Amino acid sequence: MGGILYGVFVDPFIQMGSAPDLLLQVLWEGFVSGTLYALIALGFVLIFKASGVFNFAQGIMVVFGALSLVGLFAIGVPAFLALFLCLIIMGVLAFTVERAVLRPLVNQEPIILFMATIGLNYFLIGLGELVFGGEPKTMITSELGLPTGSWDFDVFGGLVIIQQLDVAAAVIACILVGGLAVFFNKTRIGRALRAVADDHQAALSVGISLNQIWVIVWFASGIVALATGIMWGAKSDVSFALSIVALKALPVLILGGFTSIPGAIVGGLIIGFSEKLAEFYWGPLVGGSIESWFPYFLALIFLWFRPQGLFGEKLIERV
Amino acid sequence: MMTGTEASVAPGEQLLNVEDVSLSFGGVKAIRGVSFNVKKGEIRAIIGPNGAGKTSMLNVINGFYHPQEGTITFKGKSRHDMRPHIAASQGIARTFQNVALFKGMSTLDNIMTGRTLKMKTSLFWHLWRWGPAETEELAHRDHVERVIDFLEIQSIRKTPVGRLPYGLQKRVELGRALAMEPDLLLLDEPMAGMNLEEKEDMSRFVLDVNSQFGTTIALIEHDMGVVMDLSDRVLVLDYGQKIADGTPDEVKNDQDVIDAYLGVAH
Repeated sequence: MGGILYGVFVDPFIQMGSAPDLLLQVLWEGFVSGTLYALIALGFVLIFKASGVFNFAQGIMVVFGALSLVGLFAIGVPAFLALFLCLIIMGVLAFTVERAVLRPLVNQEPIILFMATIGLNYFLIGLGELVFGGEPKTMITSELGLPTGSWDFDVFGGLVIIQQLDVAAAVIACILVGGLAVFFNKTRIGRALRAVADDHQAALSVGISLNQIWVIVWFASGIVALATGIMWGAKSDVSFALSIVALKALPVLILGGFTSIPGAIVGGLIIGFSEKLAEFYWGPLVGGSIESWFPYFLALIFLWFRPQGLFGEKLIERV
Repeated sequence: MMTGTEASVAPGEQLLNVEDVSLSFGGVKAIRGVSFNVKKGEIRAIIGPNGAGKTSMLNVINGFYHPQEGTITFKGKSRHDMRPHIAASQGIARTFQNVALFKGMSTLDNIMTGRTLKMKTSLFWHLWRWGPAETEELAHRDHVERVIDFLEIQSIRKTPVGRLPYGLQKRVELGRALAMEPDLLLLDEPMAGMNLEEKEDMSRFVLDVNSQFGTTIALIEHDMGVVMDLSDRVLVLDYGQKIADGTPDEVKNDQDVIDAYLGVAH
């Protein structure tokens, strides 16, 4: 018993203190994952705000974006042209989803729309396998100009290795997250989005087009998905397993709140840091590999204290 | 402030004509063959007991509901049914019975949404928040400030509307509708739930909007004193049917109206 308590509450902190270089390495990796989680979560938040739908297909959109890019390159399209074409593909997808899925289901219960996104998810898996095949592919990292080397730093008498790809991922994620946050907070479209999120009928009455807003948010989520697919695909490989990564956004959203853009950012970073720290310092206690479920565990505990999330709107209902 | 550029309808002529409109939800008939018109420049009241079909009528006019029968003619163009974005772009603005504001946004932002259709710069400029988009934003901001001054709500410009008392929320909602520079303003119970002082303020704003900007107004209201004071003509609905239509004095003395309000057995 004493051994367990020591292993949980004392030993990890002794390790952190005795090898600060390792701690720094772990924190850096947590930060990189965190920015990518924030990016994925943002894709969910945008769609949830505009239409009240949890988009189950967000994960497969990540895969679909990455597969399209690799697939186009494989048939001889230059890398940057392929990237541009992928943006168009994401735009077409957004437009099609609005026309074929959202518009016919307008005014239906959120659960019906959620089911529709599950349908969309499996449709896109099928379409992706049909067009690109099911085997894992390699992301065209260097062709896109992304760095692949690493920097070694001597700090605290140890060595911290920073992958240049991770730096690029973090920078791109920060730019996208920041850009989207500004776009949806400061522009006319952003104001319209927030209006739609608050009250559909009132938004319609001032002439805001729900359909246009839906296309815009699905397109924005598509761009986010593509960026995530490229970064994550470069870190591992491009396969359908990537969609699992996107579901990591779920604990992020529980932490940050489903309707908050800052929440997605902060939640993403918390999940990123905590899963890496937990994996490295507490994982060995239970034989490792806790990274995959620890965020969900953290989110469950968090639900006890703040069910609306860190930045979510508190629902007060009068009885 | 209210220009009404394309309005070819002269004051006193028919701005809106509702003809023989029937609306039902399944087996429930909300409106049964009602016809009436609204003339440019007037204040038109729609009254009637609860469930008479008043709000349904407003929803038909601004396109939330699509009637099974009838036509709606606005500014000389006849349609079988309206669509919300067509209604908004043609110059119909409205408020709601249960205040429908964007609760998380400030008073200023709420009223700014009323300028949505007046903003023309493309998404491209908005991405950079620069050039034409910035100039445009400032011009509209200026207009919104004038609406805010008119409604005397300067002190709550930056307050999230969810925190405002009910009476002020109603006023912000009116502001949002006014920012659209409407030709026809639909007000669904603008004074419901207000105290006497708030009602007097709101009545004054309704009259001022009508006289200063020449905005035509159709309003639903339960307070008979307010209705009789404000309106030029009154339409009375009961069980989805028109039972009277005329000046306040005519309607007041109409036997059917008295019966409907007193609940005489039909």
